[in-house]
Amino acid sequence: MTAMVEEAVRTLSYREAINEALRLEMRRDPTVILMGEDVTGASHSEDESHLDAWGGVLGVTKGLVHEFGRQRVRDTPITESGFVGAGVGAAATGLRPVVELMFIGFMGVCLDQIVNQAAKMRYMFGGKARIPLVIRTMIGAGFRAAAQHSDSIYSTFVHFPGLKVVAPATPADAKGLLAAAIRDDDPVIFCEHKLLYDVKGPVPEGEYVIPLGQAEIKREGGDVTIVAISRMVLHALAAAERLAQQGISAEVVDLRSLSPLDETTVLESIRKTGRLVVVDEDNPRCSVATDIATLAATQALEFLNAPVKLVTPPHTPVPFSPTLEDAYIPSPERIVAAARATLG
Amino acid sequence: MEISRDKLLWAYERMRLIREFEDRLHTDFAAGKIPGFVHLYAGEEAVAVGLCAHLRDNDFITSTHRGHGHCIAKGVDLREMMAEIYGKATGACKGKGGSMHIADVNKGMLGANGIVGGGPPLACGAGLTAKLKGTDQVTVCFFGDGASNQGTTFEGLNLAGIWKLPVVFVCENNGYAETTSPQYSVAGQDIAARARGFGMPSIAIDGLDFFAVYEAAGEAIARARRGEGPTFIEAQTYRYYGHFEGDSVRYRNREEEEHYRSRDCLYRFRQTATAQGLLTEAELDAIDARARAAINEASQFAADSPMPDPAELLTDVYVDYPMAALWPFQEPAVPVYR
Repeated sequence: MTAMVEEAVRTLSYREAINEALRLEMRRDPTVILMGEDVTGASHSEDESHLDAWGGVLGVTKGLVHEFGRQRVRDTPITESGFVGAGVGAAATGLRPVVELMFIGFMGVCLDQIVNQAAKMRYMFGGKARIPLVIRTMIGAGFRAAAQHSDSIYSTFVHFPGLKVVAPATPADAKGLLAAAIRDDDPVIFCEHKLLYDVKGPVPEGEYVIPLGQAEIKREGGDVTIVAISRMVLHALAAAERLAQQGISAEVVDLRSLSPLDETTVLESIRKTGRLVVVDEDNPRCSVATDIATLAATQALEFLNAPVKLVTPPHTPVPFSPTLEDAYIPSPERIVAAARATLG
Repeated sequence: MEISRDKLLWAYERMRLIREFEDRLHTDFAAGKIPGFVHLYAGEEAVAVGLCAHLRDNDFITSTHRGHGHCIAKGVDLREMMAEIYGKATGACKGKGGSMHIADVNKGMLGANGIVGGGPPLACGAGLTAKLKGTDQVTVCFFGDGASNQGTTFEGLNLAGIWKLPVVFVCENNGYAETTSPQYSVAGQDIAARARGFGMPSIAIDGLDFFAVYEAAGEAIARARRGEGPTFIEAQTYRYYGHFEGDSVRYRNREEEEHYRSRDCLYRFRQTATAQGLLTEAELDAIDARARAAINEASQFAADSPMPDPAELLTDVYVDYPMAALWPFQEPAVPVYR
């Protein structure tokens, strides 16, 4: 985006952009509701000063209860199967619930309601159900939150037919993709990287949607394609900057949407550059990264001038200690090295 | 509780249709006509019908793997049900769901469910929709004694309790979760008592007695409609066949089966209705004959219906998704169409 456009558009944090998308969609459609653990906080209390005590554990839904009230911005008990499943049932019967599953690692306590109920209902019922449900969930290591609060295991959801999965990297994309997810008639898993919440960027005013299933080239280049997801897009852009200083022109493709996957944009970039690096913060096995490698192998092998390089964490849980966690997360340095390796 | 003649006739017809439907499937399965697994509801008819007798078309139910009776009681089309169980294109779910996933959302039937305990959270969601839209729609959540141990059931009871949702929880305690009795699997032995811990009225009733079910259901559903919150009903009942068809049922004895069959819900309904002069034998006989004919007709419809087109494999996964992406990284083995 050029400097001129940036001046014309105001700047919001990723957190503010998500909050704004929720606010605008709730204004637009009275069937949109929010549910989750402490999305306002202190629901037991009549004391006005306790209202909106948290606004979500990291403050993403802060302020919404003042405009929409406790009926539509609804604190739940810490029972993920119960309230995620209630979101599915509400979606099947006429609401558009946005359910917050605090961290994606908590999927284990409610997976049945997502993959056996939400994802399969439409197919099992021969097309007679619509499940317009959004599950917002936090991903990402780097918060010193250790193994159960730091996963980026979105590929688990990509695996399931019936679900759509989105993972925005910028505030503008977060706003537009969340609006699209809420208006979508299929269940969408919306992955928010907690280390992006304070990252700022230009965000257009008012309502807009970014269609699901469209990747975006965040930086054009001709020598090597770097496909990245969520926060790894920022690392890929940092790597591309360093590569440019070394005379290497890297193209950074931000997938944005993991299911459906924009195969066309990825393949076109590979055909242009002939080299592919995939950067993914998810676990390395059976992942979106391996999917992209499969795509290249099955549909663009003849264009590849070098083996595909993956840059992912190791096949370990996310560690706690800062030195270990920093070594775990794919770094710009590793991306630079991978890109250089494809150039021989 | 007052019950009109029309309602009585309706209830007996629904119960008889369920019995005939299930008995036919028992025979058809043994003859090798039905693919997959079927779980029959025969014996438990009074529960589904006693509850659904109080429901409107726009009320909701969630169901179980043993869901045929709930479907029939809620008004799902018999021919489409039978065709679904046969895996035919004319089935309620185009042959994509089968016995364990029959649904008709337009009739408020939110699906049979292959996951024990899958329904209670969904029922809370349907209840939340009614509450937030300000309607007086009620959701009835059917589940079994097996599901009474599932965490999802407790979570659903808790949510319905704190949010005062218009949901009636109906535990069909038919004596066995697969092969295992609640005597082994239910700590404390008293399923109805568990619900009281969630602050809702809870009652255990004779689920083989239509009139007892009808009365308890009427109170619970009226309470939900008034916005006074959830109620729990443990209906003590019995399934005549095994867990699924093909089950050799080596976990209960003949005396027990005969004891329950002697208290058959249809037989008792007939006795009560005629003894009290509510209905005549001739009226009930006519319903029996009509039900048999309807099931014959449904069975024939299913047998005569075509199998699904293979291209249907790729439809109804999403409302909107790139079709080519449904068989990624390779040539699709069936035609891709929208």
